[in-house]
Amino acid sequence: MSANWGLRLAVLLPALWLVLFVAWPLLIVAEISFSEVVSAIPPYLPVFGWSESGPSVSGNVENYRLLASDALYTASLLTSLRIAAVATALTLLIGLPIAHGIARAEPRFRGALLLLVILPFWTSFLIRVYAWIGILKNEGLLNELLLALGLIDQPLTILTTEWAIHLGIVYAYLPFMVLPLYVAIERIDPALREAAADLGARGTATFFRITLPLARPGIAAGCLLVFIPAMGEFVIPDLLGGPNTLMIGKTLWVEFFANRDWPVAAALAVVLLVLVLVGIAALDRAQRRAGEGLA
Amino acid sequence: MRRGNSLFGVTVLTAGFAFLYLPIVLLVIGSFNAGRQVNVWAGWSARWYGEALRNEQLVASIWVSLQVALAAATLATVVGTIGAFVLTRLPRFRGRALFRIGFLTPLVLPEVILGLALLLLFVRLDLDRGIGTVILAHATFGAAFVAVVVSSRLASFDPALEEAAMDLGATPMRAFLRVTLPVIAPAVLAGWLLAFTLSLDDLVIASFASGPGATTLPMRIYSQVRLGVSPEINAISTMMIAAVTVAVIGASLAAKRRR
Repeated sequence: MSANWGLRLAVLLPALWLVLFVAWPLLIVAEISFSEVVSAIPPYLPVFGWSESGPSVSGNVENYRLLASDALYTASLLTSLRIAAVATALTLLIGLPIAHGIARAEPRFRGALLLLVILPFWTSFLIRVYAWIGILKNEGLLNELLLALGLIDQPLTILTTEWAIHLGIVYAYLPFMVLPLYVAIERIDPALREAAADLGARGTATFFRITLPLARPGIAAGCLLVFIPAMGEFVIPDLLGGPNTLMIGKTLWVEFFANRDWPVAAALAVVLLVLVLVGIAALDRAQRRAGEGLA
Repeated sequence: MRRGNSLFGVTVLTAGFAFLYLPIVLLVIGSFNAGRQVNVWAGWSARWYGEALRNEQLVASIWVSLQVALAAATLATVVGTIGAFVLTRLPRFRGRALFRIGFLTPLVLPEVILGLALLLLFVRLDLDRGIGTVILAHATFGAAFVAVVVSSRLASFDPALEEAAMDLGATPMRAFLRVTLPVIAPAVLAGWLLAFTLSLDDLVIASFASGPGATTLPMRIYSQVRLGVSPEINAISTMMIAAVTVAVIGASLAAKRRR
């Protein structure tokens, strides 16, 4: 029957797409992470091959052993985790009062305020990161301003430090934090805050004891949306961080493009993927627990 | 209880928006600087816009990016819309959970992983790397975003309308084209726009998927930025920001009028 055929085709097309462009590529990454680097095109020994005696498997775990033993890789892994965690916490600290402020604004202003938060997301990420170079560099605008105000007498080195990376992440991902926080805070019944106020709680007490606990699903979602891309970030550490700041995304990039070591790059990708999945699972559980009895 | 914001709230919002917009404003002002030194003001001038538009490599990369974004967004919209339809309208089939995970994966995958994975796929398939492979790569993550946007619209649309059309003798295809598609059209358009801007913006995945002769605008900007800040990059950035601002405001006005 033609109707059934149509439906089957409708399922088949996206399913084939997912197998070809999502599942298979990730399996190839996993496969190549077990292969050996050679100077050839492509620069790796295939793991699965056919020889005269039948199928052959030639993989080994050398790449993973290298990742675990070489200080460069362990350092870039730990640095990524640390920077992503600190930057996510900073984004939360800055995003929370902004989301709270928007949720408390008069309803007719809220749409415009939200649009103002989202709009930078539509402008190029690369350009927004680039904009900070001109501000942060030694002879940049920030240092000129501080010098002119007499607050410092030597330019501060901010660019090429971890602080510049933190700043870049907070700046680039702030909308991802503010939106879920706003949704969570806006959903809280105002009667709860009023009740707290009637019982004598002051504004800060109400915020910490009513608003914050009830906004936990939004906090979890926002942190997830910032932490995951921050972990694998390449552009921000490359442009704002110094040559000594290693993050896993940048290390992967260098292994692939500069060193042409595809197998090690693939192994790094697998490790990063595992870390991301652990992060997702943890935050998903936190969110589900916090969301119980709410929605 | 008092509505609206306290003085603290207003201060926080003002500071927050200053933080979000000041770098962009400074970037735009810098593009009109007559001098070569970005941090030394030498008077207003549109000189760098001329320089940017005379830079043949830069202009060529704009065309590459536009072609890629147009093709990738369109492909992503077709695949993503069908995917969203399958996810929301066919609730039970084997492998549905896998299907869902597959569509959401590109959303949470770090760009370096998706870029590397797609590159290794193209190498395995022996595809020549160039505009075509960048289009396929961008369509892959674009389709995920389209699927999310369209399926949230489909979820709030009563399937009884489609069923009614089919009861009246329309084939499922016809019901989809005549009943469903007009209703979800704004979401499909929004998904296309999202896929289009994400494609225009992407550096990492394009760098992996691209080959010689297919340098996109972000790839070109990136290679210039590595050499240092220059007013020419500020000028090209300002033009991009202006184009996006016009497009976003236009789209939201169009959406408002339709409502």
